Amino acid sequence: MPSVKIPIGPQHPALHEPALFDLTLEGERILEMQLKLGYNHRGIEKACEERSYIQDIYLLERICGICSHSHSTAFCMATEEVAGLQVPPRGQYIRTLVAELERIHSHLLWLGVAGHETGFITLLMYTWRDREVVMDLLAMLTGNRVNYGVNTIGGVRRDFTAEQLQQILKAMDALEERTKYYIEVAASEPTLAKRLVNVGYLSPGDAMKFNAMGPTGRASSVDRDVRRDDPYLAYGDVQFKVVTDTHNDVFGRTLVRVGELMESYSIVRQLIAKMPDGPVKVKAPRKIPAGEGVARYEAPRGEDIHYVKGNGTDKPERVKVRAPTMGNLAAVGKMLENNNLADVPVVIAAIDPCFSCTDRAIRVTDLSKGRTELLTWKELRQHGIEWYRREAGVDFSRLNKLLAAR
Amino acid sequence: MALVPTLFYILVFPGFLFMGAAGVLGEYVDRKLHARMQNRAGPPWFQPVADFIKLLSKEDLIPADADRTIFKLMPVLALTAAATAFLYVPLWSTQPLYSFEGDVVVVLYLLTIPTFCFFLGGWYSKSLYAGIGSMRTLTQLFAYEVPLFMAILSPAVLAGSWSLSEITAYYQVHPGYAFFNLLGFGVAIVALLGKLEKVPFDLPEAESEIVGGTFTEYSGRLLAFFRLTIDVETGVAASLVSAVFLPWGMAGLPAAVAFALYGAKVLFIIFLLALLRTLFARLRIDQMVEFCWKWIAPAALIQLLVNVILCGVLP
Repeated sequence: MPSVKIPIGPQHPALHEPALFDLTLEGERILEMQLKLGYNHRGIEKACEERSYIQDIYLLERICGICSHSHSTAFCMATEEVAGLQVPPRGQYIRTLVAELERIHSHLLWLGVAGHETGFITLLMYTWRDREVVMDLLAMLTGNRVNYGVNTIGGVRRDFTAEQLQQILKAMDALEERTKYYIEVAASEPTLAKRLVNVGYLSPGDAMKFNAMGPTGRASSVDRDVRRDDPYLAYGDVQFKVVTDTHNDVFGRTLVRVGELMESYSIVRQLIAKMPDGPVKVKAPRKIPAGEGVARYEAPRGEDIHYVKGNGTDKPERVKVRAPTMGNLAAVGKMLENNNLADVPVVIAAIDPCFSCTDRAIRVTDLSKGRTELLTWKELRQHGIEWYRREAGVDFSRLNKLLAAR
Repeated sequence: MALVPTLFYILVFPGFLFMGAAGVLGEYVDRKLHARMQNRAGPPWFQPVADFIKLLSKEDLIPADADRTIFKLMPVLALTAAATAFLYVPLWSTQPLYSFEGDVVVVLYLLTIPTFCFFLGGWYSKSLYAGIGSMRTLTQLFAYEVPLFMAILSPAVLAGSWSLSEITAYYQVHPGYAFFNLLGFGVAIVALLGKLEKVPFDLPEAESEIVGGTFTEYSGRLLAFFRLTIDVETGVAASLVSAVFLPWGMAGLPAAVAFALYGAKVLFIIFLLALLRTLFARLRIDQMVEFCWKWIAPAALIQLLVNVILCGVLP
């Protein structure tokens, strides 16, 4: 049978964001995968340089719809490092608490997505219903379901009351019971196991080589977790186990995530038990002094790194974000080798990808001439005007002149 | 044959009107049960009708590369085949509308035609996703069709007839003998999941893998016909399985009671199908074929052998 090329993406029901996986197939077996990114570039890093630190928190929180707290916390931590601010303990605890609740909702969401990609819609419906419990908690605590807006430079913007903390504890008990049920389902449901075991194999050596991180790496015996290795926020004060697995496949990644859910419930309980009193933030200056700061943060998908360079004004000179998906994507090609077409969605989903967090600049390659060029803003604009005149018969050049004149 | 009764048969009962209504009702029950088992609210009763009417009002888009004749013909042919099969299936009495020696084979044959129509329609729409879906349709057909045939024919072997009306009539005389066919009933239900392309055998239209599978390029009226075909096929297959494996109470009861009993049996089969598609994840094509040949086909073979032996042993 001749090999066929089939595109998964840029728009495809299995993908929740645009990305292109160009597959070469022989029958249903994958021979080769080519990844094309760049459909989601939003220019957030550049935009950060033109906004104040406070505005940047809200902008960076919108990098990702799932790990929004991760990005804003990492940015605040890096900025606080530059400014030499000490966040009061209660502020640290509240940040940690929201971070763990975010991990719970992210992992429950992932479990549902894994169900959807393997055609197990019942699992999707069950986990997403349970996820509503933690989403409601977050809405009750911070006022929002996804972009919590709880961080500020020097601490957090809201204090939690004792009753609110009690409600969290109650919800944790309910979720723990449900999670135990999912562990049982994952271990005993034969069709689900058939679709996950030995799918998307990534050996520990390859995991190190391709820089797999977070649950993806930990499922291939890479025992790394920033929360334990380089404790930040309040993670130094709590006891928890870094969940690893030796399956090296999608099944292992499922077990790691479900195991981390159980650890997160325990972390949340410890945080509430040890929650110190006192202020939740220190006053931060509007102008951050010159200097550089780097923050490492264990987001639900892996290690998130933020770099901030201050120049003494109220706007950062440079902000650099390395989202966890960037580290994990390289391993996907390896995981897909010799797999079945039917396994592509679940293998891609197993790294819990977030393409819009990852996309950076666009580089246009002219394949016919084989040259790569970067367009300046002016050239890109001219290209757009000409394209619309040629393809759609709309002439924007007069409007453009009017705009330029203003 | 007089024209008026023939037209009545074709258009009203048990023709398009009754069949369409039964199929649409079956789809509603299936969707509602599926939703309730998944903790969802589920659709209102008229949702399948609303979907059908909406699709009818939509534009038919035919890909430029597709073979227009086959692309347009296949949905109609599929529906026709499924509808014709309905004429030969006994519903609440042992006597179907038309009957002759060997009609059970004809019904099974007519039920295979829609699957081939899905394959051809997908293949000639010249889309990559539809092409892969079509290949899966055909691969899957070879896995479930043989067990399905063996399972359905086992009760016929025991009854010693190839006519559905005689098979059901035989079990009216010996109602206890129907219990010998329980294994075949299980095999038929599993094979039906494959025929009707439901989870765990919904590979030909696995949306997270190959978009819409065989139906990727279909839209509007043509897609509506394909969907109605699946509904009617569900109705025919459920009626066939209930007539062959659950043949109790098909003679000697008042018409209303017999009709209610028939409805209950068909709904029970739809319930089983909905339950199974709630419980499982979608299998891969290699796993599907392996499962069918390793477990389902031998089970069907055992059923057939048991019935052949019983034929000689029973009085």
